[in-house]
Amino acid sequence: MLIKLSRSSECKASEITPEGLYLSRRALMGGSLAGLALGTLPGNVLAGEPSRYPDVQAGKAPAWFAEKLPDTRWQAVTVQNEAVTPFKDATHYNNFYEFGPDKGDPAANADSLKTEPWSVVIDGEVGKPGRYALEDFVKPYQLEERVYRLRCVEAWSMVIPWLGFPLAHVLKQVEPTSKARYVRFETLEDPKSMPGQRSGFALIDWPYEEGLRLDEAMHPLAILAVGMYGRELPNQNGAPLRLVVPWKYGFKSIKSIVRISLVAEQPKTTWQGLAPDEYGFYANVNPTVDHPRWSQARERRLPSGLFSPNVRETQMFNGYADEVASLYDGLDLRKNY
Amino acid sequence: MRYPWFRLGIFMAGCLFPAWWLYEASVNLLGPDPGKVLMDRLGLGALVFLLISLCMTPLQRLTGWPGWIVVRRQLGLWVFAYIVLHVLAYLFFILGLDWGQLTVELRKRPYIIVGALGLLGLLVLAVTSNRYSQRRLGARWKKLHRLVYAVLGLGLLHFLWIVRSDLREWAVYAFIGLLLIVLRIPAVARSLPRVHRRQGRSA
Repeated sequence: MLIKLSRSSECKASEITPEGLYLSRRALMGGSLAGLALGTLPGNVLAGEPSRYPDVQAGKAPAWFAEKLPDTRWQAVTVQNEAVTPFKDATHYNNFYEFGPDKGDPAANADSLKTEPWSVVIDGEVGKPGRYALEDFVKPYQLEERVYRLRCVEAWSMVIPWLGFPLAHVLKQVEPTSKARYVRFETLEDPKSMPGQRSGFALIDWPYEEGLRLDEAMHPLAILAVGMYGRELPNQNGAPLRLVVPWKYGFKSIKSIVRISLVAEQPKTTWQGLAPDEYGFYANVNPTVDHPRWSQARERRLPSGLFSPNVRETQMFNGYADEVASLYDGLDLRKNY
Repeated sequence: MRYPWFRLGIFMAGCLFPAWWLYEASVNLLGPDPGKVLMDRLGLGALVFLLISLCMTPLQRLTGWPGWIVVRRQLGLWVFAYIVLHVLAYLFFILGLDWGQLTVELRKRPYIIVGALGLLGLLVLAVTSNRYSQRRLGARWKKLHRLVYAVLGLGLLHFLWIVRSDLREWAVYAFIGLLLIVLRIPAVARSLPRVHRRQGRSA
């Protein structure tokens, strides 16, 4: 006689949801999502809409953004087993030195940034240089939601649902010449609306500049973002157009872009110019190469509670090693930090 | 005890700030990284108490009121108390009580080494702040407690090495610290006006 002992964690056959019911439940959820998408059609844009994320502050979306939002490919890239950072934290704990040196300064001061009208200059080694109005610049691309980890060089991290499109699509569109080997990005310089640029004690040589190798820029994970948490970018998060490169430290993901140049030589970048022994051109997230002033082996995932500090191990390439490690074959990451 | 209310007032202020910050942290007013904010505020609070304690001698000379000197020891002990809390916050929130990492940091990071030296200096000053030590050390006590200027220098250097992009805040504290040191140069100290004899306007 066979005696079967069941463990308490095993579920009984009677508890398993019949497949048909399970599938219809999914259909129901899909239907409600579609309803949500319908609700965001122009006319009643975001105002009073139930958000995909809790406690998202509604903004004033520009018309071009409201038009594109319904066609978004939601959850195009997600992260496994990680909670999205609360909207309030992602928008009130920022490094955006154009608006002040403290984490709360960007949220307090960035209202002065005028994001409409906005134009982006494409120049350098390209077949189709020009100055594009932002609405024309983004027109050809479908928005995708990309949930990415963001690891700051200061050893804190977040998980943020961006809305954007692959940088590669833009680069292909502008037809880089055979001389183009790097991409250089530049942030707006406007001391009138950016109080940090008026500070006589700022160490940064404005405008903020960043750069990528062309093959890094062409990688499908690198995106230009125009929104987050299902809405347009708040000013303090780099409105109206920013870079997001999830396998690199956050400072590479330049905000409020006004110029994208394809160049032959490795461009100088802001933090590298400021402290070359602390910040490299590559700035790949790497737990084995410390910042001279602190360890990069671990990070504080925010929000980190007062009595339960949320400290975790930092992952190589911020957890995107499978996708991007091959870009750096044969490169000494200790020298090229 | 002379000037009990003045002493009590400073004692209350010293207690109130950390209590208020802890309350703010508990109701999520310090943002997503409250441990870091708490650590930063405790360090800055210690620097402020240090600068205030260094104001006492010039103020006493300026006004002739002996109350300033009476609270100087308490102010110095607040510097020490805030720094001890600052270090505890660092160990708990930043290092996550990883003692192995602490030994690495103490060997590798200049700003941690400088901060640790400052802590040692403050420890010596706090331990010898009582009347018994003053009597035992006699004339040497005064010499020993000039260590406070070295602690100020170490503290400002520790602060400078944390600055990433904007020197304004650091420059303000460094300027005040420098001013307080300059006021102690004998030639400068002698030329300071003494308002208490003339009953005139202050400074």
